[in-house]
Amino acid sequence: MRKALVIGVAVGIYGVSFGVLAVAAGVSVWQAVGLSALVFAGGSQFAAVGVIAAGGAPLTAVAGGLLLNSRMAAFGLALAPVLGGSVPTRMLAAHLLIDESSAMALAEDDPRAARRAFWLTGVSVFVCWNAATLFGALAGSLIGDPEAIGLDAAFPAGFLALLGPLLTDRAARASALAGALIALALLPFTPAGVPILAASAGVLGGLLARRAA
Amino acid sequence: MSWAAILALAAGTFLLKGVGPLLAGGRTMPPGLDRLVRLLPPALLAALVAVQTFGDGRELVLDGRAVGVAAGAVAVLLRAPFIVVVLVAMAAAAGWRALT
Repeated sequence: MRKALVIGVAVGIYGVSFGVLAVAAGVSVWQAVGLSALVFAGGSQFAAVGVIAAGGAPLTAVAGGLLLNSRMAAFGLALAPVLGGSVPTRMLAAHLLIDESSAMALAEDDPRAARRAFWLTGVSVFVCWNAATLFGALAGSLIGDPEAIGLDAAFPAGFLALLGPLLTDRAARASALAGALIALALLPFTPAGVPILAASAGVLGGLLARRAA
Repeated sequence: MSWAAILALAAGTFLLKGVGPLLAGGRTMPPGLDRLVRLLPPALLAALVAVQTFGDGRELVLDGRAVGVAAGAVAVLLRAPFIVVVLVAMAAAAGWRALT
């Protein structure tokens, strides 16, 4: 319970930076909040706003965001056994399925604990992410340059904190290392989102490590 | 940014998020497939960390973010709570930029 709340608050930090950047890119306050409430997938929101800020076409922004979010299908499959229930329940689970709720649930061995971690984290992050987006969008000019206070490092560091507890065995560590290397190798040559999608092949590294063990 | 683009991104994202819960929710998977699928999140999260730390558009750069994430990595190794990891990374990146 406490863990889920703390993650919500921490994610709120980069929710503020999303609000600030969105408005700076020329997205309206309500559109920034609309993105956070309806899309609810931070990485793709930053990517889409980044494309708009750079003068890119809306279609490019949508395509890039969706490529980035393709990992949600993988997270959903990994969590499928603990995300049962009625259709409306599963639809709500789908909307709350994000990196944070997935990683917290996957770090639990017991299915009941995993389900609890998923819902608590999902709800907590949803509330904080949206409140923080609104705050950032409204107070953007007061906060000034997000980079000066290190907000751009908050996002990758948060993912690293989610990744840490998943690296429990050799296969997981090899998979992570391979995924990171694939993404970096492709980044200069492919459109945004493709490096992350291609990083799925990192599981091959994990399988090799498992066979070697 | 148009609302049409926002709604398109929202609808597409919902479909991607729904693959697991809506198509396979509550079902147990064959152990082999389950082990394979469980290797995906580490690969994808690590890729996100790498891209967001070193990526700038289509260029690889070394800047304050790398300093911040390195400090965050030490915090992760020391099993610091999530928010501490994030704050340590921010402080290190901000400090580095203030000094350079």
